[in-house]
Amino acid sequence: MAEQAIEVTNLTFEYPDTEEPVLKDISFSIDYGEILGIIGPTGAGKSTLAMCVNGLVPQVINGEMEGDIKVKGMNVHESNVAAMSEHVGFVFQEPENQLSQMTIEEEIAFGMGNLGVPREEMLGRIKDALSQVSLEGFEERSPLALSGGQQQRLAIAAVLAMRPTIMIMDEPTSMLDPKGKNEVYDVLKNLKAYGMTGIIIDHEVERIAAYCDKVLVLDGGEVQMFGTTEEVFTKIDRLHELTLHAPQVTEFLSQYNQQFDGKLDLATTVKKAVEVYESANK
Amino acid sequence: MKAQTNNGEGAETMQPYMSVKNVSHVYPNGVTAVKDIDLDIYEGEVVAILGSNGSGKTTLVKHFNGLLTPTKGEITVGGLNTKKEKISKLSSLVGYVFQNPNHQTFLPSVRKELEYGCTNLKMSESEMEERVNKAIELFELEDKLEDNPFDLNSSQRKEVAMASIMAVSPKVIVLDEPTTGQDHKGCKRVLDLVRMFKEHGHIVVLITHDMHLIGELNCRTIVMNQSRKIADDQADIVFSHKGIMKEAGLQPPQITSFANDLSNLDSSKTYLTVDSILSWIKENKEKKEEAVQIGSGS
Ligand SMILES: Nc1ncnc2c1ncn2[C@@H]1O[C@H](COP(=O)(O)OP(=O)(O)OP(=O)(O)O)[C@@H](O)[C@H]1O
Ligand SMILES: Nc1ncnc2c1ncn2[C@@H]1O[C@H](COP(=O)(O)OP(=O)(O)OP(=O)(O)O)[C@@H](O)[C@H]1O
Ligand SMILES: [Mg+2]
Ligand SMILES: [Mg+2]
Repeated sequence: MAEQAIEVTNLTFEYPDTEEPVLKDISFSIDYGEILGIIGPTGAGKSTLAMCVNGLVPQVINGEMEGDIKVKGMNVHESNVAAMSEHVGFVFQEPENQLSQMTIEEEIAFGMGNLGVPREEMLGRIKDALSQVSLEGFEERSPLALSGGQQQRLAIAAVLAMRPTIMIMDEPTSMLDPKGKNEVYDVLKNLKAYGMTGIIIDHEVERIAAYCDKVLVLDGGEVQMFGTTEEVFTKIDRLHELTLHAPQVTEFLSQYNQQFDGKLDLATTVKKAVEVYESANK
Repeated sequence: MKAQTNNGEGAETMQPYMSVKNVSHVYPNGVTAVKDIDLDIYEGEVVAILGSNGSGKTTLVKHFNGLLTPTKGEITVGGLNTKKEKISKLSSLVGYVFQNPNHQTFLPSVRKELEYGCTNLKMSESEMEERVNKAIELFELEDKLEDNPFDLNSSQRKEVAMASIMAVSPKVIVLDEPTTGQDHKGCKRVLDLVRMFKEHGHIVVLITHDMHLIGELNCRTIVMNQSRKIADDQADIVFSHKGIMKEAGLQPPQITSFANDLSNLDSSKTYLTVDSILSWIKENKEKKEEAVQIGSGS
């Protein structure tokens, strides 16, 4: 197999104060230009896995790790987190933990400063990043005088301004309004067009089904399912066993089949679901 | 559009329990977060507040328990003017689960946190135990009782805050984005909690971006946009207003978009849940079968 954007092989990880590993023998890979969605119940290990991919775990957050992680062919273990941050952008699950600076402009400049982006270039990038998250005009405001969703938008903008080639986002849309959620997924899709790679963790599966190429289902620290979006979301009984759900349209088609003895294919997006249902009910 | 009680009784003849009169709020930095809001909330109502990021939802509800006071206008809760009452008095009437659980203060263990609210209410030991145990059971907190809430992640901390409000059960419960970061099971639990409060006659005010939750509840829905209230109606009616939805950056649940695109559903209705479409199909099939039987019988 040719070099993949992200290759995880036999990854096992244990925090110092836990008795059992929180990640168990995880292997998967994603190619350049692909977007991977990670889903799973609370405590499954999604955030821990994401932080292993950029080296934050175990280099900054300690624990015992086994296995191999390669990002763009580089061994994450052998590179330090600062060096990785040139390639891998990371949006944290709790945006407030990411925010620290005095004004929104400074907040965004901070990450770029660490990468050595020249000052002249910063202003343009700040403007760009703020417009991508619809926060134009907020440059001088304090990050603390923002609403919850605005803070989350800012955390995303700060990472976008660093222009990473690999983007990892841990529940980046949890506090966003529906339009904002779509915009974040659109940003990922745009990056994809440039051959960039993304990982997104989310509890809402409808957008994952519409935007991602592959889905990894994690539970109890183990990979329960890994495949294309279609493959994963049509195995609806397996998802239910894991207390998870498929997109609403898929749930509908599945229940329709059960209640009315139908044989409809399980589509995972609105457009396909409408086609499937209409062609059977003319 | 006029306010309706959930049980359909004439709202006009009833006194609202909470009343927001011409309220604006300007933050110290000069940002106007809430502008000219009028809103009456009646006994037993579940009211959702939707709207885009920064539209003023959190700022508005922080007025209900006196965390903020209006810079213009007045708010009364249970007959009390929030400007004149102590926060401690108001918070015995209005329980609030913060959007950001880092802003909520907690006692050093989950058990202490759950018991604390009840000890303020002068109830018997046995009643307190019963209430706390019910909350522990619903939120599956058995293994976390001795944990410090500070060590939990934010969605877990939010659950602890909800459990402790459930134990206290104040008249009004304000939930600011209760399903944020929750998995499927957690979202279902929030839905159950809201329904339980409603059954027991509480007022629930709920801010959310979770359209599935609103679809399931189909409750009275306020839409905020740029600090103002732009709609106040039942969720299915709000969701059918394309202009309002667009203006406020809203999107109905996926199943509603699906139903809207189907050609053979009853187009005068807005379907908010998977079950509502399935029931319609079932009824329709039964009607057709009846028609066939009548047809063949004659
Ligand atoms: N720093 C830490 N030290 C010890 N245990 C931890 C630490 N961080 C997480 N854990 C534990 O590891 C497990 C996996 O946690 P993780 O945060 O990766 O889950 P998650 O799938 O991201 O959950 P959520 O959906 O709630 O964000 C959980 O049991 C959690 O309690
Ligand atoms: N502490 C503060 N100081 C100054 N301005 C603030 C403060 N908190 C919020 N704001 C501003 O007030 C407006 C309303 O914010 P609010 O938090 O009420 O929005 P919201 O509707 O709850 O949004 P979200 O969906 O993102 O939580 C926004 O423009 C926000 O930037
Ligand atoms: Mg997580
Ligand atoms: Mg808010």
